[in-house]
Amino acid sequence: MSKVRTVGWFEQEAQILNATKAARKAGLKVVDVYTPYAVHGLDEAMGLKPSKLTWVCLLAALGGGGGMFSLMLYTSAIAWPLNVGGKPFVSAPAFIPVTFEAAVLSAALMSVFAFFVRSKLFPGKKVVPLERVTDDRFALELLAEPEQARHFLQAQGAVVVQEVP
Amino acid sequence: MSEAQVSPLRTPLVTAERTLSQVTDDIVTPLIQRPTVRWWLAFLVSFAVLGIGFGMVAYQIATGIGTWGLNKTVGWAFDITNFVFWVGIGHAGTLISAILFLFRQKWRTSINRAAEAMTLFAVMCAAIFPLIHAGRPWLIYWMFPYPNSRGSLWVNFRSPLLWDVFAISTYFTVSAVFWYIGLMPDMATIRDRLAGLRKKIFGFLSFGWNGSSRIWSRYETLYLLLAGLATPLVLSVHTIVSMDFATSLVPGWHATIFPPYFVAGAVFSGFAMVLTLMIITRVVLKLEHFITIHHIENMNKIIIVTGGIVGLSYATEFFMAWYSGSPWERFAFINRAFGPYAWSYWIMFSCNVVSPMLFYFKKIRTSIVATFILSIVVNIGMWFERFVIIVTSLHRDFLPSSWAMYKPTVIEVGTFIGTFGLFFTLFLLFVRFLPVVSIGEVKAVNSFAKRKNAHHAEHEVKA
Repeated sequence: MSKVRTVGWFEQEAQILNATKAARKAGLKVVDVYTPYAVHGLDEAMGLKPSKLTWVCLLAALGGGGGMFSLMLYTSAIAWPLNVGGKPFVSAPAFIPVTFEAAVLSAALMSVFAFFVRSKLFPGKKVVPLERVTDDRFALELLAEPEQARHFLQAQGAVVVQEVP
Repeated sequence: MSEAQVSPLRTPLVTAERTLSQVTDDIVTPLIQRPTVRWWLAFLVSFAVLGIGFGMVAYQIATGIGTWGLNKTVGWAFDITNFVFWVGIGHAGTLISAILFLFRQKWRTSINRAAEAMTLFAVMCAAIFPLIHAGRPWLIYWMFPYPNSRGSLWVNFRSPLLWDVFAISTYFTVSAVFWYIGLMPDMATIRDRLAGLRKKIFGFLSFGWNGSSRIWSRYETLYLLLAGLATPLVLSVHTIVSMDFATSLVPGWHATIFPPYFVAGAVFSGFAMVLTLMIITRVVLKLEHFITIHHIENMNKIIIVTGGIVGLSYATEFFMAWYSGSPWERFAFINRAFGPYAWSYWIMFSCNVVSPMLFYFKKIRTSIVATFILSIVVNIGMWFERFVIIVTSLHRDFLPSSWAMYKPTVIEVGTFIGTFGLFFTLFLLFVRFLPVVSIGEVKAVNSFAKRKNAHHAEHEVKA
């Protein structure tokens, strides 16, 4: 028998958590879990690794801040040094606020961009979401032999079980 | 979120026990129904006021800022007051959405969406003033460093006014992105609820969100990162705004206390504005069980704290004026409290220091009517604070021969009133077309209300 995708819909948060844990224990492949809100504890239940977005954020902050600081050095001390109130051309303390703002801006925008790319989300993307998963139901999608998956999902308390293409 | 251990003694965050789909209904229904007569009235009034503001701005751009009441001595007055006022209002939104998120204050969930929207609209109102003050708003891009045909002549990165350009534009961008990211799952919920054109629009805007937990997990990380970035950002914005004054040598401005003093004042006024808006919104949209007395009381407590910091700052300023031994400094503060603008000082003092003290009484901070009135009083006080700091410090400076008085013109007052038109027009459009309460986040805390009730039921059975 070939493996197919089977989805079971649950009505309670606790059920989806237990079902996900049990599925992995039983050696069934969890394709994904669809929930109307971020259910905590599901990361562990699915065995997801922590996101690497934090690294994108850090690098973008360093790049943005460093880039802006260099621009300020270049414009104030190299390209056209102007004597403003007798202050030194390389007036590093005065460059800190803008460096900080640039770091934050770059970090925020790059993290969001990386999130979209990694999650393959983009404006106008067409999706047909599973019934009611953005409203009030939790769906567990398994890749397994249909009979086994159906039995498993029903035993876990799924209200609806369906095979999906 | 809902997995966390919560003491059964805590007050539930949403008062009515609701199923998940009821939560969706409650929040989506106001978007589907035809707007009420009250909404139309409010919208038309706001739009008319916006029209007045638009006329005023058009006139002063065409004529020049000579239409203002400024003179050689008082070169900054109404516009900068309004700018600082509006930026300050915005700060509460970021505080609620980012700082309270980092502190795991779950009561924020019902109010954060509207508060963030308020931030965006307040920053838009604020941005109008420096734009007009530039005199030639069509050259506003000169404020950004770009290679140009004038040399290249670069901007002066040592100027706090330029720091302000970066701070405000970063603040607006990051707040807008943060707000949008928070909206995405909710827009998907609405997409799956509606049909027709709206389904298409929300489908486009929700970026193909399908509730996948793999994406949710990443989303939570992103949200945490943005909250972590927005927190120092919001503190930096008003710090930089205060440096517009603090880095000058004008007595009354040249003070190291300014950054924390301004940030506290910003949060103080911002929470007052959130309260004003939320009290109206919860009644008009029938969201009383999401935005509860508990929320209002918590915000009032923040007002007590920040109001206390503001009061302490006023006292510290006076102490330093005496303790520093600088005659200029001493004169500036005596002039503030007893000079020709003493009336504005005492309005500020009574609204900001005395009135929030009333919130120490539980009866008052849990009363909707009292909170509504006091929230407006606090905002009046905070507007006067900026007026006092700016105008009283400038109008009598070092040289008595150049002392002068400042009086705003009709144009300046009209522009300020017009920004309220802009603010409320945008807010009313927001409550009409987007979910005012974060659907996803409320669902996550909803189970907490249910568990509490279950706990009670258990006790009853045992008894």
